[in-house]
Amino acid sequence: MWADALVIGIKLAVGIAVLMTMVPIMVWVERRGSALIQDRLGPNRVGPMGLLQPVVDAVKLITKENLVPVGVNRFLYLLAPTVALLVAVSTFIAIPFGKGDGLSLFGYLVKGLIVAPDLNIGILYVLAIASLGVYSTVLAGWASNNKYSLLGGIRASAQTISYELAMTISVVGVLMTSSSLRLDDVVAHQEGAWLWVIPRWNVFPQLIGAITFMVAAFAETNRLPFDLPEAEAELVAGYHTEYSSMKFAAFFMSEYVHMTVSAALVTVLFFGGWELPYVGVIGSGWTAAMCSLAVFAFKVALILWFFVWVRWTLPRFRFDQLMAIGWKAMVPLSVLNFILVGVLIASGMI
Amino acid sequence: MVTYVFLVAAGLAVVFSLVAIVHRSPIVNVLSLVLVFFALAAIFAIAGMDFLAAIQLIVYSGAILVLFLFVIMLLNIGWAERLGSGRPLQAFLGLVAATGLGAAVILAATRVVPDLGTVLPGAEKGTVFPIGRALLGSHLFAFEFISVLLVAAIVGAVYLARRDD
Amino acid sequence: MEPLQLIPVPHTWLLALSATLLAIGTLGVLLRRNAITIFLSLEIMLNAGNLAFVAFALKLSAEPGGLAAAVAGQVFVFFVIGVAAAEAAVGLALFIALHRLKETIDVDRVNILRW
Repeated sequence: MWADALVIGIKLAVGIAVLMTMVPIMVWVERRGSALIQDRLGPNRVGPMGLLQPVVDAVKLITKENLVPVGVNRFLYLLAPTVALLVAVSTFIAIPFGKGDGLSLFGYLVKGLIVAPDLNIGILYVLAIASLGVYSTVLAGWASNNKYSLLGGIRASAQTISYELAMTISVVGVLMTSSSLRLDDVVAHQEGAWLWVIPRWNVFPQLIGAITFMVAAFAETNRLPFDLPEAEAELVAGYHTEYSSMKFAAFFMSEYVHMTVSAALVTVLFFGGWELPYVGVIGSGWTAAMCSLAVFAFKVALILWFFVWVRWTLPRFRFDQLMAIGWKAMVPLSVLNFILVGVLIASGMI
Repeated sequence: MVTYVFLVAAGLAVVFSLVAIVHRSPIVNVLSLVLVFFALAAIFAIAGMDFLAAIQLIVYSGAILVLFLFVIMLLNIGWAERLGSGRPLQAFLGLVAATGLGAAVILAATRVVPDLGTVLPGAEKGTVFPIGRALLGSHLFAFEFISVLLVAAIVGAVYLARRDD
Repeated sequence: MEPLQLIPVPHTWLLALSATLLAIGTLGVLLRRNAITIFLSLEIMLNAGNLAFVAFALKLSAEPGGLAAAVAGQVFVFFVIGVAAAEAAVGLALFIALHRLKETIDVDRVNILRW
């Protein structure tokens, strides 16, 4: 039992380290990517191609003055970024990063490249922990003793709970085809190809579901075009206006970690996870694990680039447009997807 | 080892529910209740009912308590007075009644069910399957009716809370 | 008592916890004046009820042929959570309407139906 705990601890530590490393990488990708899209050079002075820019950013954030405004509720003010970071990091434990059958580390069994291998309710756990993320935005807005923050906080939480529904219903279509809540089973179901040409990824029969899930993922992570809660021009940075230095860094990091986890979820649910399109996996044991990990990382990287690309291409939605899209478009579309998948399963096509 | 986790979760649940009813700030009450529900979800998971644990977190902590938080912020409810202040006799009688009720329930429970139980068999892929079959099989009417109930609740809530203009 | 690795949690402990939470919830309902805190204590009592259902589902699952009863226990918890959600929505809407009318949520001051 202690061996199990040690193996899980190692996987958890590696996972958290990777997630935290994604933050500076995403910062760099965001800044150079936005520069590419906007036809200018990005940061290119600090290190080759600006690669040390995130490091310098981190140093700047750490050494900034740690301001606590007058009149804030100190406990809630400090709780909000903690909850944001905790929630963002806790979601990834149910997501498989690669094929891990029959691996063993120094003689102990590693039950798959997933931190919680025996979690029978895989995707439901991710949704449950993500739904706890509302508290960070609403508490940050309330505790800041600032009307712009309060408005930003209320808007952010209203947006989050509205799009949570669309996200959950889009996932149901995937669950119906794979007959299991565990994400490894969802990935295993997506191997092979139809007619030897189209890979058996869930995005092809459930395109509507994939689109609604992606849109909901954009809204849940407060990324453009849904980033009105943090809009600089409208709300002076919304619910994290009054946060400085490391507390702001915590919000910032939690947003990028959330983005990475959402991209990983999109890959696993709709784009075949760690499977190579026609081959599946190459080899067995640790070679298969490494190969599948590389494929997974590549797919997640593509989706993260898509997040950055959309951010710097589309304008922002107004809040009433945002809520209208969430309730009047995303929810009916995801229900439509769910009905469509049901019809396809009943007629034996999936 | 699991028993220790259960004892910790049970202790957290009792302590934070006491904080939830005793503390004077309504936001602290709601937040301690979030912790209570988290502990209860952990207990459901220990008992082998992980689907219920997830539903408890998604619906109770993630939706109902957020609604409470919104209403508290909307109505700008301030700190309450100390528990039982101004009404000492009622406070004492309430304490007696509550303890009496708790003791009565414990006595009834221990008298009726003297033996111990085991973990729920979850041999299929997750314990969602038996629940799903029951919801769409033997409990179908209740399942459909609760969706009607929820629609009625939504309509009622929207109607009650609107402004008269 | 059987060895602990076979029995994670005896269901009597779950029942004791359920009774404690019920008592705490009742205390909150009887002693608090703020309507929303009374409602929160009511939610504690509902959860105590859920825990009792889970305790009995756990016990019944051990008996032969008890799987149906155990599943029924879990399904009932599901319904209780759904009903609690509906009740919370309507109740909070009522409090909002009440606040608009009387500017207070203190249940001692809401006595306009009296003579």
